[in-house]
Amino acid sequence: MCVSYTLLAAEGSQFESPGPGDFEYPPIFGEGTFFTKPMLIIVVATVLVAVLFFLAARRAAAVPGKGQFMGESIYGFVRNGIALDTMGREGLRFAPYLATLFAFIVTLNISGIIPFVQFPATSRIAIPLFLAVISCVIFNTIGIRRQGFLGYFKNMMFPPGIPKLVYVLLAPIELVSTVIIRPLTLMLRLTFNMFAGHLVLLLFILGGEFLLLEKGGLVGIAAGSISLLGSIVLTFFEGFVQILQAYVFVLLTALYIGGAMSEEH
Amino acid sequence: MEGNLNMVGYGLAAIGPGIGIGLIFAAYINGVARQPEARNVLQGIAILGFALAEALAIIGIGLAFAL
Repeated sequence: MCVSYTLLAAEGSQFESPGPGDFEYPPIFGEGTFFTKPMLIIVVATVLVAVLFFLAARRAAAVPGKGQFMGESIYGFVRNGIALDTMGREGLRFAPYLATLFAFIVTLNISGIIPFVQFPATSRIAIPLFLAVISCVIFNTIGIRRQGFLGYFKNMMFPPGIPKLVYVLLAPIELVSTVIIRPLTLMLRLTFNMFAGHLVLLLFILGGEFLLLEKGGLVGIAAGSISLLGSIVLTFFEGFVQILQAYVFVLLTALYIGGAMSEEH
Repeated sequence: MEGNLNMVGYGLAAIGPGIGIGLIFAAYINGVARQPEARNVLQGIAILGFALAEALAIIGIGLAFAL
């Protein structure tokens, strides 16, 4: 982005607004290799989350240190705030998975506002896709195991207490909604929240830079300053959205698992 | 004027979810104001409703870039 930007500025200052192309990164180790910046972020995030929870669990002391306190607060928040609230005591089995999922998504999201990293790895669709597929497999497997194959689909597609004729409409809608729409929206929600957030930040920062340095003049300096100040506010807002979206992803996964576990839909 | 008509369409499409999210949080604030002790229960429901309404806007921006 920086390269093309300076080239354009030299030709005659024309602002090129950020677009989907800014999410494509070249390989780090030059042409022909496949390892890109989002991949690096994922590897680092995985190691960070693993080390955090490993250390927090291994050196468990009665008086927790900083690392243990952090690990335990994340786990406690997901266990009590999400697993217990949505699934009851049965949900405690899933608390470790949900806590790991939450920590992993938060780390990947928050990399979008960490200086010098500044790319939310979850804005590449492959990662949310994979996480959504895992969630989908888990809640469908739990449902089939709890209610039997036929029972699960019967409870899902033919909830009792509804006029017979409505089933013609309701059954296919419920089937499509549970098996296809649920993982699809899980995936799209996370991806495009991060995508749109990153795009807005790019627009404010690059636009502000352009107005200040290239356009100049009273109008350019005033508008550029406002834009850059706005970008600081938006960065904090993005941080809030990033944590909220991780929470929403985990909450919805927990709700879907809870719904598959209970008999009545 | 340069630009993509998709974005105008997305702007129009975002009105619906915007109103929806506003209504959801209005109801949430109302509920908490009437019964502050119900806050924990309402919070999960409000976030869930917000996520479902927001999904429409998010699908919209996805399609605006894809189509």
